[in-house]
Amino acid sequence: MGAAGPLFRDSPADRAFRARWWVGRGVVYLVLAAWALACLFPIYWTATTSFKMAPDVMQGHLVPFVDYAPRWLGWRSLGLSPDTLGAESTVREEFLKRFWNSAVIALSASALAVVLGSLAAYGLSRFAYRFGPMRNPDISFFFLSQLILPPVVLALPFLVLYKELALLDSRVGLMLLYTLTVLPIVIWIMRDQFASIPTELEEAALVDGLSVWGAFLTIILPIAAPGMVAAFILSLVLTWNEYFFAALLTSTNAVTLPVMVASQTGSQGISWWSMAALSFAAILPLILVGILLERYIVKGMVAGAVK
Amino acid sequence: MTTQGDLLHVVTRDAISAPRRALGRILVWGPLALLLLVALLQALDARGVIGLGLTDWRPTLYAYLLWAASLCAGQVVLKGEQGKRLVFVLPAALFTVAMVVFPLVFGLTIAFTDWNLASLTGRHFNGLDNLRQMWADPFYWNAMGNMVLYVAAILVEYAIAFGLALLLASEIRARRFFRVAFLLPLMLSPVAVSWMIGKSMLEARFGPLARLARGFGWDNPSFFGTPEIARATIMVMDAWTFVPLMMIMLLAGLQAIPRELTEAARVDGAGPWKTFWEVTFPLMLPVSVTAVLIRIIFKLKLADIVINVTAGGPGGATDTVTSFIFREYRDRSNVGYGTLLAIVYLVLIVVAMTALMKLADRLTRPRF
Repeated sequence: MGAAGPLFRDSPADRAFRARWWVGRGVVYLVLAAWALACLFPIYWTATTSFKMAPDVMQGHLVPFVDYAPRWLGWRSLGLSPDTLGAESTVREEFLKRFWNSAVIALSASALAVVLGSLAAYGLSRFAYRFGPMRNPDISFFFLSQLILPPVVLALPFLVLYKELALLDSRVGLMLLYTLTVLPIVIWIMRDQFASIPTELEEAALVDGLSVWGAFLTIILPIAAPGMVAAFILSLVLTWNEYFFAALLTSTNAVTLPVMVASQTGSQGISWWSMAALSFAAILPLILVGILLERYIVKGMVAGAVK
Repeated sequence: MTTQGDLLHVVTRDAISAPRRALGRILVWGPLALLLLVALLQALDARGVIGLGLTDWRPTLYAYLLWAASLCAGQVVLKGEQGKRLVFVLPAALFTVAMVVFPLVFGLTIAFTDWNLASLTGRHFNGLDNLRQMWADPFYWNAMGNMVLYVAAILVEYAIAFGLALLLASEIRARRFFRVAFLLPLMLSPVAVSWMIGKSMLEARFGPLARLARGFGWDNPSFFGTPEIARATIMVMDAWTFVPLMMIMLLAGLQAIPRELTEAARVDGAGPWKTFWEVTFPLMLPVSVTAVLIRIIFKLKLADIVINVTAGGPGGATDTVTSFIFREYRDRSNVGYGTLLAIVYLVLIVVAMTALMKLADRLTRPRF
């Protein structure tokens, strides 16, 4: 390109088109940025509020270091600030106990659901069953229809049943219920996953002398692993966040993190910093999961949606 | 999916000997007899007919687990190769039956009692009294009406989700960043969202959104003051959490549409608006229906946000059926009545969802 400028110029009609294209781009990015702001601001707000003091909250300061000097106030109330980390703290112990409860229940329920669901989905995708009048589509529908069941229908009978079984306020009881709530989703995802694996693979394995279970465990499972991870992660998200059953069925021992957050919500006046710290600590694990494992979550959610 | 015959066809020759068959029968029926015996003993013990000194029903639970495991093993012994196939589905089936069918039947038996956990007299069958009470309960029907409004709001959510999916599917930079950012609200626990948005950002004095509203000239912003505004606020918060779910599904649908189709439409002289309505939207109909149906299922369970932000107020304007029954139990320990309300809700949901699915089926069937 010389100083004389380009030899060929776009015609005015093309340049008008160009301008329209730029405006279009601008609008697209503006909308995207606006929605991204709507999605991220509450998280940013919670994270920054946990470092605020009362005057900062009242004056509506938003940007740390610029508007206000961040303090460890919120985290100190949880016993998780640098200066309280070494010392004994009953609040921190309580928080860690709830956190641990949530982790154990969510992980074990998701694992159990993935095991049960994968087996059932594999069977339904490969073999023809007959339980009385029920054939494969009916059995599939029986499993998937559990998704429609609102938790409130099961909540009160379970309250009474668990009381009789001495499972009230226990991790096992909650884990079993959570497994039930995510099982249809796992079966939904895994059925889709197994349907995409050609049966020729197992046929070859069977010819080579493996049993049905041998072929499933050694050939199919490794291929279906991404789907299982997707189902597991999605189950994890749902069970970690579950509140309704936990609120009804736990009281002291097996209380999960959402219940702890909820019980603090009402009692706090304007000490937003401690609530913010607690909320942020509760959502942080899943934010990390969302950022790092987004691929699997998306895979799990679109299973069965697109044929 | 085909229904006739196995997809994976296995030819087997199971010669099952008589002793093996006998062992299989023992494995299937023995523990079942044990289970029934234990249950019977426990029932007698609970009635006080015999004194075993049991404090809970755990033995019956263990007997059920033993029977379930033994039933699976028995199938393999009894039926050979066919049994091995059954074992794929049996565990999930036994689990679901134990966790859903049994409690539902049990729920039906308490739905027609006046059981209040706080009362000392225990439970008594009271026939249709609960139904009559429900019929005259304005708060229950009010909650039901709210549910209709909440479900109707899905149409708006769907439009937003579709718009965002279209934007994400177009040629943009930093797509991964936007996709992750848009997905994050779905990761957050509704309880935390209740505090983050409902209790702090919308707080009338110091919340940033209240400040913003004041900046726009709303003198005394109160997001939960009047019934209409409170309901709208709950709808917005719930939409904020769940729009990503529909968006991701619609995005997958958009990406599955072959480019040739939209290009052909453009070559034929269709503008973007016409291309969307004549090509993209009809092709997206099956995905849209799936996304909306799944969203409706999740919407019908809406409770966490309502319980934690408004507790149903003001005056029941934001109540969902679930949150209403939750309070019926929490505040009044009314197990019998609450269970009946829940079961009526379930029946209504099943009827409505069946009708919707029939409708959806007709809608997505190819017309040409």
